[in-house]
Amino acid sequence: MAQATKKKPVAKAAGAPVSARIAAQAHFHTLRLGTPFQPRIDALARTQDWYNWAGYRAPHSLWDEELEYFAIRSQAALFDISPMTKYRIEGPEAEALLNRVTLRDVTKLRPGRVHYTAWCDDEGFVLDDGTLFRLSPTRFRLCSQERHLPWLLDSAVGFDVIVEEETEAVAGLALQGPTSFAVLRDAGFAGVERLKIFDLADFPHDGGPQGNTQVTISRTGFTGDLGYELFVSADMALSLWDRLMTSGDLRGIRAIGYTALNRARLEAGLIVANADFTTAEHAIRADRLRMPDEIGLGFMIDLEKGHFNGRRAILEARAKRKLRYVLVGLEIEGNIPAEHAIVYHKKAHEVGLVSAAMWSPMAKRNIAIASLARPYGDTMVEDLWVEIYAMRELQYQKLMKRAKVVARPFIKLDRRTANPPADF
Amino acid sequence: MKAWDAIIIGGGHNGLVNACYLQRAGLDVLVVEKNDWVGGAATSRELTPGFLYSNCSYVCSLFRPEIMRDLELPRFGLQVISYEGGAVFTRDGDYLANYRDRDAHRREFARFSKRDAEAYDRYARDVTRQCRFIQPLLMRTAPDPTSLRPRDLGELLYLGKKFAGLSAQEMALTLRFWTMSISEFLDEYFETDVIKANFALSGIIGTALGPMSPGTAYVLLHHYMGEVDGSVGAWGYARGGMGAVTKALAASFKASGGTIRTGAEVDRVLVKRGKVKGVVLAGGEEIYGKLVVSNADVKRTFLKLVEEKELPEIFLRRVRNFKIRGSSGKVNIALDSLPEFPALPKDSPVYRGDMHFTDSMERMERAYDDWKAGRWSVDPFLDMVIPTTLDPTMAPPGKHFMSCFVQYAPPKIGGREWTDADRDGFAESVIAQIAEYSPSFRDRIVHMEVRTPREIEAEVGLTEGNIFQGELTFDQLLFNRPVPGYAQYRSPVDGLYMCGSSTHPGGGVMGAPGRNAAAEILRDLAKSTSHMSPAHDVI
Ligand SMILES: Cc1cc2nc3c(=O)[nH]c(=O)nc-3n(C[C@H](O)[C@H](O)[C@H](O)COP(=O)(O)OP(=O)(O)OC[C@H]3O[C@@H](n4cnc5c(N)ncnc54)[C@H](O)[C@@H]3O)c2cc1C
Repeated sequence: MAQATKKKPVAKAAGAPVSARIAAQAHFHTLRLGTPFQPRIDALARTQDWYNWAGYRAPHSLWDEELEYFAIRSQAALFDISPMTKYRIEGPEAEALLNRVTLRDVTKLRPGRVHYTAWCDDEGFVLDDGTLFRLSPTRFRLCSQERHLPWLLDSAVGFDVIVEEETEAVAGLALQGPTSFAVLRDAGFAGVERLKIFDLADFPHDGGPQGNTQVTISRTGFTGDLGYELFVSADMALSLWDRLMTSGDLRGIRAIGYTALNRARLEAGLIVANADFTTAEHAIRADRLRMPDEIGLGFMIDLEKGHFNGRRAILEARAKRKLRYVLVGLEIEGNIPAEHAIVYHKKAHEVGLVSAAMWSPMAKRNIAIASLARPYGDTMVEDLWVEIYAMRELQYQKLMKRAKVVARPFIKLDRRTANPPADF
Repeated sequence: MKAWDAIIIGGGHNGLVNACYLQRAGLDVLVVEKNDWVGGAATSRELTPGFLYSNCSYVCSLFRPEIMRDLELPRFGLQVISYEGGAVFTRDGDYLANYRDRDAHRREFARFSKRDAEAYDRYARDVTRQCRFIQPLLMRTAPDPTSLRPRDLGELLYLGKKFAGLSAQEMALTLRFWTMSISEFLDEYFETDVIKANFALSGIIGTALGPMSPGTAYVLLHHYMGEVDGSVGAWGYARGGMGAVTKALAASFKASGGTIRTGAEVDRVLVKRGKVKGVVLAGGEEIYGKLVVSNADVKRTFLKLVEEKELPEIFLRRVRNFKIRGSSGKVNIALDSLPEFPALPKDSPVYRGDMHFTDSMERMERAYDDWKAGRWSVDPFLDMVIPTTLDPTMAPPGKHFMSCFVQYAPPKIGGREWTDADRDGFAESVIAQIAEYSPSFRDRIVHMEVRTPREIEAEVGLTEGNIFQGELTFDQLLFNRPVPGYAQYRSPVDGLYMCGSSTHPGGGVMGAPGRNAAAEILRDLAKSTSHMSPAHDVI
């Protein structure tokens, strides 16, 4: 645990006692950890198709990536989000700290609410994006792709607040899809129907021999669909999984891997750090750094709320027109995914790169997210093309396809926000 | 009498690289080496039956892959094998390991500090950025800022452009980085002493400076360069010890028609009317050559081999003042079995990596205090590896070669020469430190080679035993290496060139000085350099 207070202005993580340190030595035997849900996931893993998510063994797919995608869109899909980095930020000045550190106005984030936000270094370059959960007036959870403890602790100097990394201690599940509400209600989470989009609340969970605890359920997700995220202490993970699976049995619940989720997120027009943009602490090449306005996160910036990290640089870049890139949604002719294709103006002048692309089964359109060098994609949106190298039986079929800048999300589902949530 | 096209004084790796490139350009080249073997500070010798030591250098991290390729070194037997991380043993019975796996590395650091564990990404990013800036400069002749020749202006412009390519922030960071101490640099990222000590060692290896001395941050880059190279197999053990590098070079040289004479010490460089004529060997034999290239360090070359009257006063003065203070020693040990370190789990990959016992910045700085006082460090800093955990060619099965690089060891003890008793005392400080962490260590020792700066100077010819042929401080780098006005491998004597680590870009088994010098020589001879690859792109 790390603490920063006014009296003790140096944010310092206390050194672990020697015995605890030595007890932890053996971690090198397991290079990819299992999450608290691993026994259940392993039992369902028919494809044995794993990838490394922040040091955890996570499934690309479990049985069939295409069908897993349709589970999200037609029934309810269960996806393990435990490897996501989580920080507990708590104290009388937690709100003030987070307001200083993130782009959006945290004073407007009421207890029991979640918002999607991002944060920048002092030069206004995006360190990461993530979700901020306000669990109580003085307690927050910040979830992100990358790790930020030094930066949070350094920012916390002078604030009466505790910053603690709780990735391993807290297990997380995303339950997404049209029947997700019904699954939760049938699992006995009374009152879950009252959760509107971006609301959160605690619900009792009887973990059997492990005792009683609370599950935090929020109506959030990464799919653009009706969906929820559930957080519980790691030791209650399996009983929570079983509770959902049991109640979901009649509602078509399926566990899924990342490939399916990634498709859903692309349809929802959502970006992924270090896939659609490079985070500032990982960008070795200076021209890879991005300001919020350059990756479609300008809407988060709240200039009314007072000082926050990067504010000065962002204002200057806006005033002096120093913004060099723009992140856009593209609709591309044909049906061949344009993953990592180069974007051209007038088929000749290179103006950007596609970072994610797919044929959208929901929209029946060929969609993509791309970063373009301004003014292309910003004021110049005509005559854009992507060059697709489609490998077919050891030959590239080179295609030059017209691309149209379109608004994100690529699909908009009423059931995502409908109140009360539909009971499928 | 035969006059060679070029005579290279010294068969160190840079002399051999230089000789290879010149021979391949069609010159008739002779290498004269004082020892009965080639290699200089990159040698492997069998001093006790069955065991091969990397007598001086022991890790191949800097050698330019472009050179390996140009000179076909793989064909002549060179193989570099990556190794696994390493550890700093702590005095409380634990250790801090470096694992190759990124997540294991983070978890390991988190055992000591969660904060520092998460600070590593930013640290790695910043060091990588600095390396990427320096790396393309390694294989280019440094510009002479006082010259108005188009080439120098072009190179200055290149430097300027590279600099201009940095943001204001980065430029400031780069300038600070080149001048600050490794200790201050690490303070900007980490809070845990042992984690800082873990990284600091790269800032002091081979340097007569402590972790708190300005300029040590740059030295770190010198040791990181191999890791950012991007070419797999650029960092690791040379299979067969570091002598494998020079063995392959010598074979490549001979295959292209070159001649090597070992056991041939040059006593003097022959100069007539300001122009080089050849060399005189210690026995009096004269060998004539149209040009002479010295692989020996700049002090040895110009203060011992060339008559003073042939050299301008200011040049001589600068050569005399060139900082080349010895700071290190080496203990090579043959072991009849793998030593055990009770702090380590039995299957730890650390056995196959580098091991250290200095777990705080203060201990490191105190070790340096001893150097300043003219003593070897009572509590030395060791960089210890057991290459035979990965390389089966250096010891019989089950037996091991252990290499201990030791800091600090001053060139003189309290102002006087090292004695044999001093040498034994120095070795005991090393053995005692290892035995503290490996109780049965002493019993496993079969043979030992102990090298203080005295032995390193006497055998390799490295003045004061300085491993880099001159310190890598910023005042002795780029166009100031070895001395201002002579950073382009030429000397005040017509036809006499330098190609050793005293020249840009400096020490380490890198090959770049030898290669760059060859490019300059061929330019002077108006010969093609098409057989020399330019530096790989850093993209
Ligand atoms: C103990 C030690 C450990 C090291 N560890 C590493 C390491 O792990 N990794 C790394 O990259 N670098 C390491 N180095 C540094 C590296 O080995 C040297 O910087 C590099 O080998 C120098 O090469 P060179 O060709 O420039 O000169 P040298 O190797 O010094 O070669 C000069 C040659 O000239 C010969 N010579 C000198 N005078 C005469 C004369 N009058 N007549 C004829 N011949 C002469 C010498 O005998 C020698 O062979 C280490 C050095 C030492 C000493």
